Amino acid sequence: MKKTLVLQIKSLSVTFPSESGTVNAVRNVSLDIFPGEVLGVVGESGSGKSVLSLSTIGLLPNSARVSGEILLDGKNLLQLSDQEMSKHRGRDIAMVFQDPLSALNPVQTIGHQIAEALLIHQEISYDDALKRAGELLDEMRIPRPFERVKSYPHEFSGGMRQRVMIALAIANAPKIILADEPSTALDVTVQAQVLELLKRASQLTGAAVVLVTHDMGVVAGLADRIAIMYAGKIVEEGPIEKVFENPAMPYTIGLIRSIPRVDESEKRRLVSIAGSPPSPVALPPGCAFAPRCPAYTEICDSKVPDLEAFEGDRSVACLRKDEIAGLVSAGRLYPTEVTKGHVKSTSDVKLLEVSNLSKSFPLLKGNVFRRRVGSVYAVDKISFTLEQGKCLAIVGESGCGKTTTLLEVMNLVAPENGRIVVFGKNVSELSKSERLAIRKDLQIVFQDPFASLDPRLPIGEAIMEPMEVFSVSKSEQLTRMQELLELVGLNPAHANRFPSEFSGGQRQRIVIARALALNPKILILDEPVSALDVSVRAGVLNLLAELQEKLGISYLFVSHDLAVVQHVADYVAVMYLGSIVESGAVAQVFNSPHHPYTKALLSAVPIPDPKVEKSRERIILEGELPSPINPPSGCRFHNRCFVTKARSETDQAKCASERPELRIVEGAEVSCHFPLLK
Amino acid sequence: MGFIAKRFANFLLLVIIATTAGYLLAASALNPRENFLGRNPPVPENTINSILTQVNMNDQDPVLQRYGTWVGGVVKGDLGKTIFSESVNEEFKNRIWVSFRLLILGSILGAVFGVLIGVISAVRQYKFFDRTFGYSSYIILSTPVFLIAILLKFFAVFINEKLGFTLFYTVGLNTPEISGFELFVNSLQHMILPTLSLTLGGIAFYSRWQRNSMLDVLGSDHLRTARAKGLTKRQALFKHGLRVAVLPMATFFAYSFGLLIAGAAFTESIFGWYGMGEWFIRAVNTNDINSVSAIVLFTAILVLFAGFLADVLTAALDPRVRIR
Ligand SMILES: Nc1ncnc2c1ncn2[C@@H]1O[C@H](COP(=O)(O)OP(=O)(O)O)[C@@H](O)[C@H]1O
Ligand code: SF4
Ligand code: SF4
Ligand SMILES: [Mg+2]
Repeated sequence: MKKTLVLQIKSLSVTFPSESGTVNAVRNVSLDIFPGEVLGVVGESGSGKSVLSLSTIGLLPNSARVSGEILLDGKNLLQLSDQEMSKHRGRDIAMVFQDPLSALNPVQTIGHQIAEALLIHQEISYDDALKRAGELLDEMRIPRPFERVKSYPHEFSGGMRQRVMIALAIANAPKIILADEPSTALDVTVQAQVLELLKRASQLTGAAVVLVTHDMGVVAGLADRIAIMYAGKIVEEGPIEKVFENPAMPYTIGLIRSIPRVDESEKRRLVSIAGSPPSPVALPPGCAFAPRCPAYTEICDSKVPDLEAFEGDRSVACLRKDEIAGLVSAGRLYPTEVTKGHVKSTSDVKLLEVSNLSKSFPLLKGNVFRRRVGSVYAVDKISFTLEQGKCLAIVGESGCGKTTTLLEVMNLVAPENGRIVVFGKNVSELSKSERLAIRKDLQIVFQDPFASLDPRLPIGEAIMEPMEVFSVSKSEQLTRMQELLELVGLNPAHANRFPSEFSGGQRQRIVIARALALNPKILILDEPVSALDVSVRAGVLNLLAELQEKLGISYLFVSHDLAVVQHVADYVAVMYLGSIVESGAVAQVFNSPHHPYTKALLSAVPIPDPKVEKSRERIILEGELPSPINPPSGCRFHNRCFVTKARSETDQAKCASERPELRIVEGAEVSCHFPLLK
Repeated sequence: MGFIAKRFANFLLLVIIATTAGYLLAASALNPRENFLGRNPPVPENTINSILTQVNMNDQDPVLQRYGTWVGGVVKGDLGKTIFSESVNEEFKNRIWVSFRLLILGSILGAVFGVLIGVISAVRQYKFFDRTFGYSSYIILSTPVFLIAILLKFFAVFINEKLGFTLFYTVGLNTPEISGFELFVNSLQHMILPTLSLTLGGIAFYSRWQRNSMLDVLGSDHLRTARAKGLTKRQALFKHGLRVAVLPMATFFAYSFGLLIAGAAFTESIFGWYGMGEWFIRAVNTNDINSVSAIVLFTAILVLFAGFLADVLTAALDPRVRIR
């Protein structure tokens, strides 16, 4: 340890008293932070990442019980009073929080809030501070910074506010910037911008950055070193390339292999880690990962493994750490399943045909007498087709019209504009009984498994509920329910348990079982894994693939996560501001995107592989999604498009005035005047 | 400013709607003719009719015609006659000052102390201070207003007896036939109890609201950001917490002040203050349509004006509401 440390965390433990027992949020964590480095702290939700970063900046809630040491310049921060600690906050240690929408004071100007940060620690005048605030905004690439200091937070978009947060963090050139999920609440293209700025922030100030996240891809591109947390402990730590290439702790190995990647061309079954993270009030006696670990033996229960040095500059907390590599190469740990691939259903029966579908919402103004001043087109003339046994994914950033599209399909009534044909029947010509029959064959699974199950209903009954509506006999219901539980990988004996006894992943399985109860032909999935922990996502994704193989069911899948789409879908439609800009077979669209937006979107998705991620050329889009209330003229993407910018003035004028039609380009449907070619 | 003009137009419209509804309701629910029935000797039908017509309350005239007459007066500043053929304007002038004296002080004290206690309770959540004021508030809020007033009266009488002289007066505005400084002190002594009875309710009410609003702010992300910048807990609270937490109270205060005018009826009756609230009760009992309508008109104006002020105030304090 020759290099000087900026911060040293020694045996830090944090617990919270709670009604169900002591919550062990952080357990015996030791971590060194070196000057100027980017350290990625990765873990699933509840693994203690936030508590760790809050302890470092001294902002834990009063109920927290803390032990151990956090040393800054030889001073133990844990022993300082609020007053003494506040001298270090913002000056030596700064923090960027997850939710930029609520992190700023709504009733003060942006400039004032940045100036305040300067005035707390520096002897300068308010005017100078305000001027410096403008300069900081400029450094964070906010357009017209010296005007924008007078703006209030609500006048800024989420991505802009996160830039303001980073500006705040670097205001006093701190030694360490803690960033807790700084890009999680943002859309991918904006996430890419913010991560870029975070990198810039550390270069500008020379500060060490501790990047806390659940997303392996995010750290892969940015971090020099990585620490993986599980159930409050660091289980593996080391230089990022080595850990990714050759993970040593079974949890890390599983995690890295369980993540779908956008840059994979062939479909594989993901590795899925059994079970779900333990409750922090009832941890296993020895290794916390033991109940889920494929390398578990009895010694794993004997004691809590310490984080010990491993292969020089790494450390690992596993009692069998020296045997793991052997197990992996012998294929005994997480054997990769043979890819069965999707059903090659030769039938091209069209189950769902949507053409020129539009949906607008009235734009109202006024208080007493509301009047319509215009329309917002949430969905604007989109067309797609879902074939039997296939999965069609609609991807796009928040607000692009994905959910509106699904709801329009689910409604089964004549749309405002265009045509929806389900199972060969035009929905505008359906009789009541036909509509009911179609509902049976068209089921939906929502994002949040916690909200979609009634907490007072045992899961078995929840699954039988849809059958009740279609008057299936009680005994049939029971057998079917048992079958379904088995099908989605749950124990039928647990049918009389309540949803609260199941984890997020299990609940999503229950919701899927319920949706399958009536043997639907189409399952609509609205972000089905977004609300789930990283390590249980793979299990649900595998289940979906398996169901497709077994039942030949078709999916209409909506997601903002391109890696997930690449993994499950056969066809993909990319949406931007209410329109489809490109659609085609997944392999084709993802391997050689034709629309500039598709290309930028793919490039913004972080790839969980430091080698690939750090070396690849990235397209960072400027600006953010325009509001659909006031969409750009011509091609709706033209104000952010990097292709048009590089072209002649006449071409640019064409993009800005003429809306491109969908046309076939190298086998994909693309709406662009100047598509990218292979 | 367009914002204010628009609000004002809204406000006028709502006042008109509220008063029209108020008048029509009063005119159909109250029957002034009853006042003259069953008297001994009986009042002749003709006399009744002529009295009622004179005060514009004759139920034999179509209600819309009476309403028209009433409105015609109101726009000229004449609120009509009471059932006793006296001027509503005069009665109004006498009573409004009595009510304001009581209400302004009562509500302001209630709001100020309520907000203060609410803020401290939130900061010291579950500590002694919070619990004490929490329980007291619930007790006060669940006790009917008149019971509080009567209890205060008993308490005051008890203290007066112990002291041997009258510290608290329990009835009226002041003792008659005194003047100068003596009158001033005497008026204050009369004011304490009714004001207190209103203030207690106000404190209980506002402190609960303020506590919740403050707790929200205390747990908010932006307060955490403020501390992460290097402000101590206390500084962050004063510089960032208070304004955000007190903001919603402004609207709340304004509306409840307007409503209190009629709501203080019990307090006024019990302490013998002949104010607006007491007038309202009396007017309803005597089937005095014009007085009731005048009070409704006044309350509507007050509530809406208060709301209007609150909106303007909120807009001044909260940039999110400005120019929308
Ligand atoms: N104020 C608190 N009171 C009680 N438990 C808490 C508190 N804050 C966090 N925890 C618990 O500590 C554990 C770790 O939480 P956290 O650090 O927020 O996880 P992460 O940031 O990794 O998602 C969780 O089980 C969480 O429920
Ligand atoms: S200690 Fe045992 S249970 Fe824990 S990770 Fe290592 S092998 Fe698995
Ligand atoms: S039409 Fe023009 S602006 Fe639109 S995506 Fe294509 S090149 Fe870019
Ligand atoms: Mg967290």
